[in-house]
Amino acid sequence: MKRVLIIGATSAIATACARLWAVQGSEFFLVARNAEKLQQTAADLQGRGAKNVTLHEMDATDSQAHPAMLSSCMAALGQIDIALIAHGTLPDQKACEQDVNIALQELANNSTSVIALLTILANQFEIQRCGTLAVISSVAGDRGRPSNYLYGTAKAAVSTFCEGLRARMFKVGVHVMTIKPGFVDTPMTKGLPLPGPLVAKPDQVAQRIVAGIERKANILYTPGFWALIMLIIRSIPNPIFKRLNL
Amino acid sequence: MSNTLSSWGRYPRAPQTPNACSWRDDLPTLRDAVIQSHSTTLPFGNGRSYGDSCLAVSDQVLHMRTLDRFMQADWQQGVIQVEAGMTLAQILEVIIPRGFFLPVTPGTQFATVGGAIANDVHGKNHHVRGTFGRHVSRFNLLRTRQDALVCSADENPEMFAATIGGLGLTGVIQWAELKLLPIRASQINSTIVRFANLAEFFSLSAELDHLHEYSVAWIDCLAKGANTGRGVFIVGDHAEYGSLEVDDRSRLSVPITPPISLINNLSLRAFNSTYWHMHPGQRTKKRGAYEPFFYPLDRIQHWNRIYGRNGFQQYQCVIPDTNSQFAMHELLAAIADSGQGSFLAVLKRCGDIASPGLLSFPLPGASLALDFPQSSELDRTLFPRLDAIVRAAGGRLYPAKDAHMTGSDFRQAYPAWEQLEALRDPSMMSRFWKRVIL
Repeated sequence: MKRVLIIGATSAIATACARLWAVQGSEFFLVARNAEKLQQTAADLQGRGAKNVTLHEMDATDSQAHPAMLSSCMAALGQIDIALIAHGTLPDQKACEQDVNIALQELANNSTSVIALLTILANQFEIQRCGTLAVISSVAGDRGRPSNYLYGTAKAAVSTFCEGLRARMFKVGVHVMTIKPGFVDTPMTKGLPLPGPLVAKPDQVAQRIVAGIERKANILYTPGFWALIMLIIRSIPNPIFKRLNL
Repeated sequence: MSNTLSSWGRYPRAPQTPNACSWRDDLPTLRDAVIQSHSTTLPFGNGRSYGDSCLAVSDQVLHMRTLDRFMQADWQQGVIQVEAGMTLAQILEVIIPRGFFLPVTPGTQFATVGGAIANDVHGKNHHVRGTFGRHVSRFNLLRTRQDALVCSADENPEMFAATIGGLGLTGVIQWAELKLLPIRASQINSTIVRFANLAEFFSLSAELDHLHEYSVAWIDCLAKGANTGRGVFIVGDHAEYGSLEVDDRSRLSVPITPPISLINNLSLRAFNSTYWHMHPGQRTKKRGAYEPFFYPLDRIQHWNRIYGRNGFQQYQCVIPDTNSQFAMHELLAAIADSGQGSFLAVLKRCGDIASPGLLSFPLPGASLALDFPQSSELDRTLFPRLDAIVRAAGGRLYPAKDAHMTGSDFRQAYPAWEQLEALRDPSMMSRFWKRVIL
């Protein structure tokens, strides 16, 4: 049984993780924008064994709303064993190149909102001195690629923030895990021309995340073979890298 | 994602483009968008129908698999309400620890609830529980240009009957409510014995079926002469004592599709003969987990690939009681004579419990199912010969498994087809339906 806070709880990866925790009889505080989707997710988790599910509507980019969310969460759960930050969007790189407002909005969706949430959550976890902050970043943050460097920038910020936070929180017994999924078959990637054999199902990714939290992985590539792919991509020297269209 | 879908037999080959949505409320919009550009479509579950009943004429299907949420669960009454894309395996995972099982399950747990209703599937306990449709208390049906219809025996009963076994043609099943079977343990106590011929099978079945929840037989379909119809008879019951455990065996997989079928005369003859001799001549009691008992083939992912690129066809017929022994003998003789055979020829007596569905397959009688590697010979020589035997014996074929039956055989065997056609959602059209009703 775990007490789990999920931000972006209606996303495919978050739901798949929550199902695994639900069968253990966990309690949930689910945060997302859409009330109807939250309801459907809650009913599903309850059917699978979740003990208590509390729902909270919030736009993650509205940082003014974060403290109220956290106090409701603490009131509902008492303590947070796992906080999973799973919200995000996949920006249209071309649009971000043309319109700075879109670019800034996407940075808010994928980066500053995460950093804002982690900032107040870290202070709560520092009081608790236990628990895990699991944050969904992306392999895209490992290198700035021409095809989606705005998304990559946002995720790179999240990964770096998590790395620093991990070292801070380690001293007080709190674990911070950076999750770097590769291509996952979710509504977010629907319609993209992804290379079939590299595309994972949300269930696979979730199993690895849940197991990674158990063994306190620091940086979790999922599926695991992405660690190797990104090792190669990170080691391509810039004189070559800039000539590639990755 | 550009992956296409196919039916389980991978024949006929008609790659289906999946159109999926993540939320059940988005289904009408998705469906309308698909029919706007392709005029017709068809709901598609997890691709466990063998032939062309799950293939859309437009090759554009509504892929339901992502709709797999629980909506409600009443563990006092043993009733669950789930979205139609949920697989039976996903249900078992949750209900077994709570002391429930599916009241009816087909030979694979990877079928979806929607598919199980649309094909009104049955299992090894047909003689005591009837078909899957009997245990569905209600469902929600989305029809084009109509409000959603909740269908049950009392509410929209006509549409309820037409949708059970309705092959997805009456509309899209969005969710369903199922009545579960309480169990005390997840293990299965079974008794197994081999038999030397069909007469022995029918006497074993008459003696044992009514005493047991589950009953099924495997037949050596290549045995000839006096050995015709030899096989292995298996009955089983849910254990009274034991534990409530979800089977979680490691799965093997056929990773690629070989260019030609690995099933040939040599491998089949060796397998069938060894399998028969492996089993005890005396009645032997056994106990085991539920998965190998109900779903032996689910252990091997993508087992359909062993038939190679051309795929395979399953031939499943049911013959009414009065003619069943004679007709089964004729069918098996014809198959042995052709030299074509099947790894798992399954023989089972069906009971007389009526299904609520209009186009349900089982009849009181005996059902035989065999898989054949696809070849043009099948449709030219063997199947017409088998069809003639089934026709003469007043039997019928199973649409969920079919890729060959003639329109006249279908309409003869399922006279209610006209009622289904009248209630069909005009935006739903499968390759099967187009083949048999036009």
